Amino acid sequence: MNKVGKSEVRVDAFDKASGRTKYYEDRMPSDALYVRIKHAEIAHGMVKSVDTAVAEAIPGVVKVLTCFDAPEINFPTAGHPWSMDPGHQDVADRHLLNRHVRYWGDDVAVVIAENEVAAHQGVRALKVEYEELPFLLDVQKAMEEGAPQLHEAFPNNILKHTDMKKGDYQKAIQEQGLVKVEGWYDTPTVQHCHIENHGCFAYEENDRLVVVSSTQIPHIIRRVVGQALGRPWGDIEIIKPYIGGGFGNKQDALYEPLCAWCSTQVGGRCVRLDCAREETFVSNRVRHAIRFHIVSWLRKDGTIAARKVECFSNQGAYASHGHSIVAKAMGSFPQHYPCENMECDAYTVFTNRPAAGAMRGYGMPQASFADESNIEDCARALGMDSYEFRQKNVMPQGFHDAFSGNTNYYDSFRQCMEKGAAYIDYERKKKEYANDTGDIRRGIGMATFWYNTAVYPISLETSSNRMLLNLDGTVTFQCGETEIGQGADTAYAQMVAEAVGLASYRDVHVKSCQDTDITPTGLGAYASRQTYVAGFSIRQTADLLREKILKYANEVTRQAVGNMDIVDGNIIRKGDSSVLMSLSELAMTAQYNPVHSEHITAESTYTIRNNAYSFGCTFAEVEVDIPMCKVTLKNIVNVHDCGRLINPALAAAQVHGGMSMAIGYGLSEQLIFDEKTGKPLNGNLLDYKLSTFMDHPHLEAEFVENAEPTSPFGTKALGEPPACSGAPAIRNAILDATGVSINHNPINPHVLFSEFTKAGLIHDDWREEGVNCYV
Amino acid sequence: MYDMKALYEAQSVEDAVALRIEHPEAQIIAGGSDVLVQMREGKRAGKELISIYMIDAMRGVSLDAAENLRIGSLTSFSHITRDPLIQKYCNVLGEAVDQVGSPQIRNIGTIGGNTCNGVTSADSASTLHAYEAIVELTGKDGVRKVPIKDFYIKAGTVDIKPDEIQTAILIPKASYENTFGHYIKYGMRNAMEIATLGCSVNVRLSSNKKTIERCRIAYGVAGPVPMRCPSAEAVANGAAPSKALAEQFARAVIDDINPRDSWRASKAFRQHIAVEMAKRALTRAVELAGGEMA
Amino acid sequence: MSTQYKLVHCTINGKAVEKMVDVRASLTDMLRNDYHLTSVKKGCEVGECGACNILIDGEAFNSCIYLAVWAEGKDIWTLEGLLSPDGELSDIQQAFIDESAIQCGFCTPGFIMTAVEILETNKLYTDDELRKLLSGHLCRCTGYENVFRAVKKTMYRRQGKEIDF
Repeated sequence: MNKVGKSEVRVDAFDKASGRTKYYEDRMPSDALYVRIKHAEIAHGMVKSVDTAVAEAIPGVVKVLTCFDAPEINFPTAGHPWSMDPGHQDVADRHLLNRHVRYWGDDVAVVIAENEVAAHQGVRALKVEYEELPFLLDVQKAMEEGAPQLHEAFPNNILKHTDMKKGDYQKAIQEQGLVKVEGWYDTPTVQHCHIENHGCFAYEENDRLVVVSSTQIPHIIRRVVGQALGRPWGDIEIIKPYIGGGFGNKQDALYEPLCAWCSTQVGGRCVRLDCAREETFVSNRVRHAIRFHIVSWLRKDGTIAARKVECFSNQGAYASHGHSIVAKAMGSFPQHYPCENMECDAYTVFTNRPAAGAMRGYGMPQASFADESNIEDCARALGMDSYEFRQKNVMPQGFHDAFSGNTNYYDSFRQCMEKGAAYIDYERKKKEYANDTGDIRRGIGMATFWYNTAVYPISLETSSNRMLLNLDGTVTFQCGETEIGQGADTAYAQMVAEAVGLASYRDVHVKSCQDTDITPTGLGAYASRQTYVAGFSIRQTADLLREKILKYANEVTRQAVGNMDIVDGNIIRKGDSSVLMSLSELAMTAQYNPVHSEHITAESTYTIRNNAYSFGCTFAEVEVDIPMCKVTLKNIVNVHDCGRLINPALAAAQVHGGMSMAIGYGLSEQLIFDEKTGKPLNGNLLDYKLSTFMDHPHLEAEFVENAEPTSPFGTKALGEPPACSGAPAIRNAILDATGVSINHNPINPHVLFSEFTKAGLIHDDWREEGVNCYV
Repeated sequence: MYDMKALYEAQSVEDAVALRIEHPEAQIIAGGSDVLVQMREGKRAGKELISIYMIDAMRGVSLDAAENLRIGSLTSFSHITRDPLIQKYCNVLGEAVDQVGSPQIRNIGTIGGNTCNGVTSADSASTLHAYEAIVELTGKDGVRKVPIKDFYIKAGTVDIKPDEIQTAILIPKASYENTFGHYIKYGMRNAMEIATLGCSVNVRLSSNKKTIERCRIAYGVAGPVPMRCPSAEAVANGAAPSKALAEQFARAVIDDINPRDSWRASKAFRQHIAVEMAKRALTRAVELAGGEMA
Repeated sequence: MSTQYKLVHCTINGKAVEKMVDVRASLTDMLRNDYHLTSVKKGCEVGECGACNILIDGEAFNSCIYLAVWAEGKDIWTLEGLLSPDGELSDIQQAFIDESAIQCGFCTPGFIMTAVEILETNKLYTDDELRKLLSGHLCRCTGYENVFRAVKKTMYRRQGKEIDF
């Protein structure tokens, strides 16, 4: 292999560096009408009426549509593959517009106008009368008897409860001399904050609907728009241009169905629906806030006798990806630190918060924060070093999971940890920092994680693609696994060049824009799956293409098919490696042959029935200014085993982004809500504390390259893994520095103030009453 | 596209005054980094605006006849920071406004806009209070000068008459001479931040550096408007700089400040960091003045 | 109510232009809609994200909170203007490519324009200074790591100095 494994320049780099790349809004027809949404200004209640008269009289307003106009068709929004088994289909709890308002920001009505200003004025002029209902922000409260109900079909607001048992927990904890380490761990509601907001435009063409959208999942959006509008799926065409990031938010049908419906209500004219940043925060999707309760029972020898894990996932108002996120979180525990006796429970619970969906890591940043906080406290309870305790207990080499079929072929965890510890200078610094006693104290923390690649066997894993041999010997490549900024197109180009036998990845033209009328059906970008799953179908289609090429070459050259190969864009004779003809000559000959003309193309679908463990860890070094309640992250390293790297430079870049997201998760990011009204308080980029350029140290990305045996290219998941272990590593570094265990993130100055006060590290003599963080 | 009813563009100060009289309902827009944001939010939607941004005569820093520093109201934050006169006489102001938002915001944001908003979190405000700045207003009857503490009436309200615009901020010579200051901004992240609390301290030491002749401290976000701390200043004035003094001085600010509980930060938290910031800012100011905290 | 227009003359990417502009328009609106300069991106429209950043008389501004009428007489540069007439990239654009500083590409135009302002000062900044100068842009893909490398590398090259990361 010589085309993969190289740090090639991105195929879209030139256009992006020169400002040419077209995102959905750059393709906007100039006559598009503007759709603005009227969002509810209560957290829970029923819409009694919407007075549209004033809005309709505003010059430029074309139409006002309310929840009383929208069809009462239920549809799901999650970007999951369709399931032929109705029992495994996503919960269909959405309407285009809602009479039953379930969160502050829910969609109640729309104004369609000729210009932006009229659309805004129209929305402001709508008068909505509500019958308010009590609302819920907290999962435990939502599960109480008699709590207000969000969805009739789900008593006690529980969307789903699943459990997992191994051994006999109750019996195991009777063992003499066990040390118990118990904690409640809370993770926050956060948002993806891709810099391009979601938006789309829609119009009718030849009785069909075309939607151009900033999405990760065009083929799934096609199905959902069909479902939501009650139209045959073939009536819908989705076009996905370049997008400015997604991180899972755009792995959901956001406003494509509503936008498409609006077009049908104005005679098929083109309408645009652009989310403002404030809408992205509140009315798109967020990461699930998950609360964990963990009880670990330890033997003095440093082994784990039993563990109990309860997970309560805050779903917000609508099901979206639903229980699959907390199920994945729960599922990580028994494999991460295997022990004989475990009891796990996971609940997904509706509340009146914004709907939670997929977000980079899909439950694992939450699980990792809880698990690695608890494991750290376990090590400390036994007086063991954090590194040593993990080395002793983390998933061993040879570990096999019967359900996914995954095997830990190498000893990846320990290899990653060794590399991380060496980079951060773990042993020396641990000793040195233990002596810090003043106002400023330093500490080192670590955390590990594992991650599945793709969604098999929980859902279908399929990948299709098409390769077309061009007349110049290059190959045009199309697939449904989308480029969303992560560099997928470049990895595909490298793999195709490798698999077909082209001279360079530049000889592959990846069609970055998916059009569901043209692009082979694929599921899109999610689950860190693209490179892994596309690898299977690329290998398969390349074999088909090669077969066709060599068969035609046989006609031309009279050499036996088995005696030829394609190397660096030439057809060669294996025996002496002599060049018989170039691919260009072959393509020209085939296309323009007056007797047997052929355009050489191949297309195939591969159903992937494998999965693979991806592993990694973070080491973080912090400096804590105790009186100022401030943490400075001084140093951080992530080490990943994601198999063989297709493009090392792009892999490292992707790790940096995930680390950055994890730093925000650990220290600053949180969407907060007014307890009195349920209103989100900080849904904008000033008040929501996304890390800036000045909040990061150098980000070090390192790899352990153990080739994944199931993958044709030896690769496995990397997209989401970098976001998983950073926050708990930072939490553990703060603990190391100060001796204070903090069980909820983000660990921002408010939290430090409260925790340091409780721990007696700071004392304000003028203040006698208890500490109040948020008021 | 902003939802604005009309835009009137002033080419000169006289022009602006005339437009103010002609359109009493109109809102003045300088750099616009606050006004346009509010208009987009809907708060000021549908309003008329008087743009003064193109009045270049209102830009720049100079010394007047009495050697007072004169900062034109439209001078951007980045120009204030880079200005040689500011660097020489009142460097702390340049440092303070260099912590506003982001580099782009510091290129568009003006000191006039920052003060006329009347918000307590303005990064310039605590330093201007600590230097007893004078606000220059120009109206149909000429120029009026108001001490900055009187300029701020209440949160969001400042003393500008219907025919006036703010044309400059003055820092009196007596205020900056031999005086050294330090500003600390407390934010939840290191850039693009609105101050959780801002603290500006300046001192003038005796020639032998053994006595603090004059100490002034002011806060932003410690109350509805920026404020000085007389109790803390009384502790430091005339005292010898020392670590113990810094503790005592810092502790005294609790008697002066009145921060509130909000979702951005609790009162208790703001009080706690106010004390720590006072201590650190005083220590740094004394060092800058050539003194030592014994 | 009739729409209020104003004739705005300015120089955009080195070319003198004039157009009747709706006074309600932001400079982002004008550059994108009237001049089709779509490298000017909309990420927040309140001056927080930096995606719409451009240069006006050599200084970086978020064009979303800059009125189009204020462009009168100004010298404006967008990312499109950095490409030479024969399609050659400038050094800073090439550095963004070489250092893998581009992922989704949405923050890239704004970042590069700020980098131009920084580089034009011809100063050698410390790492901390450089981070501060670049802090007006939010990015969710890169963690800023490779953006930092690209700008720092170009700054050193222009000074004829060896880079030390």
